[in-house]
This record gives sequence, C-alpha cells and structure tokens, in this order.
Amino acid sequence: MTDTSRRDALKCLGVGAGTLFTLSGGVFSAFDMAEARIEEVGTPLFLQISDTHIGFNKDANPDVIGTLNGTIDAINALPQQPAFALHTGDVTHLSKAGEFDTASQLLSRLRVSELHVVPGEHDVTDGPGAEFFARFGKPSGNRGYYSFDAKGVHFIALVNVMNFKPNGLGALGEDQLNWLKGDLSGRSASQPIVVFAHMPLWTIYEPWGWGTGEGEEIASLLRRFGSVTVLNGHIHQIVQKVEGNILFHTARSTAYPQPVAGGAPGPGPLLVPPAQLPGMLGVTVAVADKKRRLSLTDTTLA
Amino acid sequence: MNSKLFAFVLLTISAAGLHPVEAGDVSVIIKNFDYSPMELSIAAGTTVVWKNLDGEPHTIASVDGMFRSPALDQNDSYSFTFNRPGVFKYICSIHPKMKAVITVK
Repeated sequence: MTDTSRRDALKCLGVGAGTLFTLSGGVFSAFDMAEARIEEVGTPLFLQISDTHIGFNKDANPDVIGTLNGTIDAINALPQQPAFALHTGDVTHLSKAGEFDTASQLLSRLRVSELHVVPGEHDVTDGPGAEFFARFGKPSGNRGYYSFDAKGVHFIALVNVMNFKPNGLGALGEDQLNWLKGDLSGRSASQPIVVFAHMPLWTIYEPWGWGTGEGEEIASLLRRFGSVTVLNGHIHQIVQKVEGNILFHTARSTAYPQPVAGGAPGPGPLLVPPAQLPGMLGVTVAVADKKRRLSLTDTTLA
Repeated sequence: MNSKLFAFVLLTISAAGLHPVEAGDVSVIIKNFDYSPMELSIAAGTTVVWKNLDGEPHTIASVDGMFRSPALDQNDSYSFTFNRPGVFKYICSIHPKMKAVITVK
C-alpha cells in the first residue's frame, strides 16, 4: 500500500472531539480551547478523541452525530492541524457494522490525515476478529496493540478491553504484557513516551471497573523514562494524576457524560440539562515545543 | 433515570410486547448494572429471557462460551433455552463485574 493510500485509509477511520493538553516535563496543564493560542506555543502534535458512541440515542444525548460533527468542526478550525489523531475507543455504542460505517464517514471529515484507534469494550461486544478489527486491525496484525514513532515521540497503543480481571478491571493479558516489555526494552530513557488505551491504566474506581489489573506492572515499566503521558477514555470525564515523570489523563467523551466515581448506582449515561451538555463534551490536543515537551489542553464544545 | 421515565419505559415494554415471555419462560431483568435474580434454578428445557432496562448496553455471555448475546440496548431482550442440566455462570462482557448463575436440573 502506498503512503498516500494508507493515509487515505487511516483518514477513513476518523477522529472526534477532544482535549487540548499541555505537558511540560510529564506534567500537564489544561486550558480552555477558546483561549489556546497554539501557534505561540508550538506545533500541535496530535489530538485525542474518545468515546464517540455512535449509535447511542437515549436522553443523555439524542444526537451523538451532531456533537461529533461539532467536535470535528472545532478541530478543523484549529489554525494549525496536528499530524494525527488518537481515538481512545468506544467508537460505536453496540459494535454494529452500520455504527462503524457512520463513524468512519463522520471522522473522514477531519482535516487531520492520520487516525490511530484502540478499541473500547463497546466496540468488541461481537468478540475478537469481528467488526472493529476488520476496520482498524491492519496496523497491528489484528492484535489491536502496536507502537509507532512520530516526531521523536514513541507512541504505544494498548488494548485492555478484551480480557478482564475477576474484579472487573481491564487487563492486557500475558501476551500483550510481554510484547510491551519487549517494545520498551533497550529504548532510551530520554525518548518521550505516549501510551494510549481505552480503560484507565491506573485504578480510578475499582467498584466500577475503572482501572487495569496490571496497572502497577505497566507503571513500573514506564518509570525509568523521563517523560511519559498515559491517555485513556472510558469514564467520559477528565481525571488526572501525576506520578513522578508519568502523567495519567482521561479524556471527555464527544457523546455523553458519566457520573463521578460512585455518584450513581452504576457508570451509565448521566442525564444533564441540555444547556450543560456541550460543556461536558470535548477533545484533547497535545502540543510539542522545541524541547519535545508535550502540553495537553482539554477543550469543550461549550 | 427518574421514576416517571422509568414507569414510562415499563409501560412501553409491556404495551409493545416485542419479546413476550411465553408460559413457562423465566425472566431475568437487568437494571442498575445487576442481573435480577442473580441466581436462578430451572428445569431442563426452560427458556430464559433477559431484558435490559438500563440506558447502558449489557450482554449475557456464558463463562464456558455456550451462549453469548449481542449488546442489548435499553429495552432489548435476549433468550436462550437450556436443554441440558448443569451450572452455567455468565457475565456482562461489557461490564464483567456483573455476574450471575443459572442452575439447570
């Protein structure tokens, strides 16, 4: 496949609303998109869209297509386009072919030319090797997890929604964990690392399964690096933690908010007054400076 | 979900009758991220009908792989007929903390 056709194919995979981040030495500070002056802080490196949930049509947001389109418009209006976008999963609500088709069609409007997608549990309810992998499995040989380098940064896509721990936490499984060890082995500690996966890679709230069973083992592999950014979705709200040189950050959804941890009987859609909804949806943008430090900015649709 | 909306949903299910529970069938309701009842004992040949009342989709996936529903949206149903005796554990593959068991005699 030529580079051009690959880019076109990737573009079909799509992008959604996100967050603009600023990461300095592993520490992010979020700021409002309307106030962000990206041209003054450097080149946007990538953006993160998450939890587009195409196919959802309940009261919490009867128009997830509209909010994704609004997100794409906001991204396309950025004065400088990032090189690529990450989608941290739950592209669809029910893993249906038609939902994936709609999502791809919407996301193809992004001016960003390349999209990297990891699955959420909503994308793989039909099991391994089905709709999600038929569309997004190629870069990873249908494993779902893979890595690539861009502008000096090493990006690692992980899948933590195909195996689960008995307590409901996500899991990589032994094969993927071994692959991750190999991928990081011998790599210079000075290279910035960005890890992205759907479910949080650290435990935010175990009763709702908001975490990854091997979280501590994964963190121990990352601690020797000077700048590590861990980007997740799944919980439809921003939660952030800094541990040494590792920044953990979850993104907003473009579809609907969820309750804060423990704030409801379960982690279902949160119904808010319509006027409040745009302020609870958004995207994340990462900007790199000349010292290869990343800044993350979370922005909303409000 | 507020109580008025919940009542409406119940009314809609009963009026629409998209997945009628036939005589002899056993019903399991999915609500607030739990199966109800979580433990069920039935005779061989019984059909179990699951209904999801949550705004979040759920699945019914047997641990041994014998049955696996598609993702059930709100008010969707799935049924499976248990023809042989045994103890069948199942989970929601989207929210694997949700667990239940059916004993077939």
